[in-house]
Amino acid sequence: MDISIASILMLDGLTNGAIYALLGLAIVLVFAVTRVIFIPQGEFVAYGALTLAIFQTGQVPGTVWLLLILAAVAALMDLATAWRRHHRAAPALQAAGRTLLIPLVVCGLSFWAAPHQLPLLLQALLTICIVTAFGPLVYRVAYQSLAGASTLVLLIVSVGVHFAMTGLGLLFFGAEGFRNPSFWDVRFAMGPLNITGQTVIIGAASLALIVLLWLFFERSLYGKALRATAVNRLGARLMGISTQTAGQLTFAMAGLIGGLSGLLIGPTTTVFYDSGFLIGLKGFVAAVIAGLSSYPGAAIGALFVGVIEAFGSFWASAFKEVIVFTIILPVLLWRSLRSGHSDEEH
Amino acid sequence: MKIAKTLITAAIATLAAGAAMADLTIGVVLPLTGPASGLGIPMKNAIALWPQSIAGEKLKVVVLDDATDPTTGVKNTQRLITEDKVDVIIGSAATPVAIPMADIAAESGTVQLAASPAGLPPGKDKWTFRLPQSNGVMAYAMVGHMKKQGIKTVGFLGYTDAYGELWLKDFTAEAEKNGIKVTGVERFARADTSVTAQALKLTAGNPDAILVVASGSGAAMPEKAIVERGYKGKIYQTHAAATRDLMRIGGKDVEGTLVVSGPAVIAEQLPDSHPSKKLAIDFVQKYEKAYGPGSRNQFAGHSYDAMIVLEKAVPVALKKAKPGTKEFRAALRDAFEGMGRTVVAHGVLDWTAQDHWGFTNETGVMLKVVNGDWKVE
Repeated sequence: MDISIASILMLDGLTNGAIYALLGLAIVLVFAVTRVIFIPQGEFVAYGALTLAIFQTGQVPGTVWLLLILAAVAALMDLATAWRRHHRAAPALQAAGRTLLIPLVVCGLSFWAAPHQLPLLLQALLTICIVTAFGPLVYRVAYQSLAGASTLVLLIVSVGVHFAMTGLGLLFFGAEGFRNPSFWDVRFAMGPLNITGQTVIIGAASLALIVLLWLFFERSLYGKALRATAVNRLGARLMGISTQTAGQLTFAMAGLIGGLSGLLIGPTTTVFYDSGFLIGLKGFVAAVIAGLSSYPGAAIGALFVGVIEAFGSFWASAFKEVIVFTIILPVLLWRSLRSGHSDEEH
Repeated sequence: MKIAKTLITAAIATLAAGAAMADLTIGVVLPLTGPASGLGIPMKNAIALWPQSIAGEKLKVVVLDDATDPTTGVKNTQRLITEDKVDVIIGSAATPVAIPMADIAAESGTVQLAASPAGLPPGKDKWTFRLPQSNGVMAYAMVGHMKKQGIKTVGFLGYTDAYGELWLKDFTAEAEKNGIKVTGVERFARADTSVTAQALKLTAGNPDAILVVASGSGAAMPEKAIVERGYKGKIYQTHAAATRDLMRIGGKDVEGTLVVSGPAVIAEQLPDSHPSKKLAIDFVQKYEKAYGPGSRNQFAGHSYDAMIVLEKAVPVALKKAKPGTKEFRAALRDAFEGMGRTVVAHGVLDWTAQDHWGFTNETGVMLKVVNGDWKVE
């Protein structure tokens, strides 16, 4: 190990860490607002990367069909709920229409765009729209009616959603992996380091998203409403904040971050329908390091996980995962010693 | 109510009788989901092309998914044996699943045709025959090629599972016999997002060649990482990587890669003297007619070969007993051991009581990626 090897490993670790950071942030965000431990976060990554890969082949990605089906289910659920409340057709249809509107527009665009072989950036944008549209629908179908349930129940639902999404991924994308073209095909040589354009994009996009999130939570009304929901659901509702809208908005953001992470990681590795889980799990480790509560903590934890992973692969590649997932133990020990049992649910 | 009960009982009785009277039953356990699904799915596709009957016996095929999970594989095998009363078990295409399945098959006295190079300790494979070439046979062809190229040192970059482990063992033994040294051993998992660290460590030792042990579309990423480190030596891949996914994902980075393969994949390029040529071409034509040009691969070939060996062994076993009985299963095992030299699409099989691997050392063919296509070396 000399300085050049260490710097290459550092760069590799930080590049992967930047992606874990995005996922860690999304997991913290979802947990703070809805108390859902969102295990399927990684699935959005795989969906994002693979949707773009299928667009590249000029076909309509299977995710578009899945989106249509999911939107139909969510719309039916909204229809039923509104009907039960008002017993009139107009508001019920209106509620269903509102749920259907965005997915229908996105799907329509995708069907039109798929055979046109649009430029890579436009396809990427469309991919992000598709994956983002998944977020609120997943929340509506799987979590919304259980919003008041305990964290444990929500966790169990998350496990179910994870398996469902992985299985559907296999159905829609097939068993083989895909690798996306790079968004920026250049290389800079910096001493022993060989920085690719994609590395720069990953770093820049992660940083930009973190800043955007910060601005969103500090400056916008919606962001403040989300923070209020995170602090106290009942209090927020008394202040006229809809916790349902908050949940859907949070999941839309989780979808957006997941889809973006997928686009970022797609050109650097082969993504399979089930690749998302392990990537998401590392984001989860980062989020746990931050106690599922601190955004900067999650970002720093993620970079730490990435670097540990890179050095672990160098020294003992066969035990890499063991090393990465074992660092969660001292963190948990430290947390439990420091905080006693005051964190328990009331 | 009573009538309903009687009817249900009667229906179950008929079904049970039907199962007992069913003709030749073949149980198949394949990874249709999970990390090895890229291997299991083409096998299932090729099974769909099987004939309806063997030697006049109607064929009943039960295909179950093991999800690339050894526990599920074992559970499915038990189900096939106790409920479906299968005469022969085929699978799994994933080595880590096929190994524990062998125990269950042996306990019940059912022949297992493993579709992966499952390494079992001596005596444990009494009921297990392998359809793929052993890693040793493939390593023989690969090391022979390395020797011709004057390669002295090899770095190893393989999966952290049974497939990687067995290759390391067989390759190291074969290489040392020929004076080639394995200088570095690194591991990775299919789901890894980066193998930069491993590539860094391997290329730092600057071996003459690097052997990548991975399967399907997972084989391209580690090779790209090695090329990105500026490695200039030769890169070898195993027969699990002999699919077009290597070129689809690797692009120009995998040009010049040397891949060892069974003959079925490059049917047209085989010399006319090759014993498997006729069958390999038949397999490729049938498979690509059903699933499109370029869809052929190593594992679909194993399903095709399974049918060839069954067509040879079943008539022999039928002379001794009826399908569905313990005696028939034992007779089938003896028939496999005694069937002698059998030409299949993947080479020449010769299973004996001592050797349940069977392929001869001439089976492995070295391919090179040239202009995004296979070329026989």
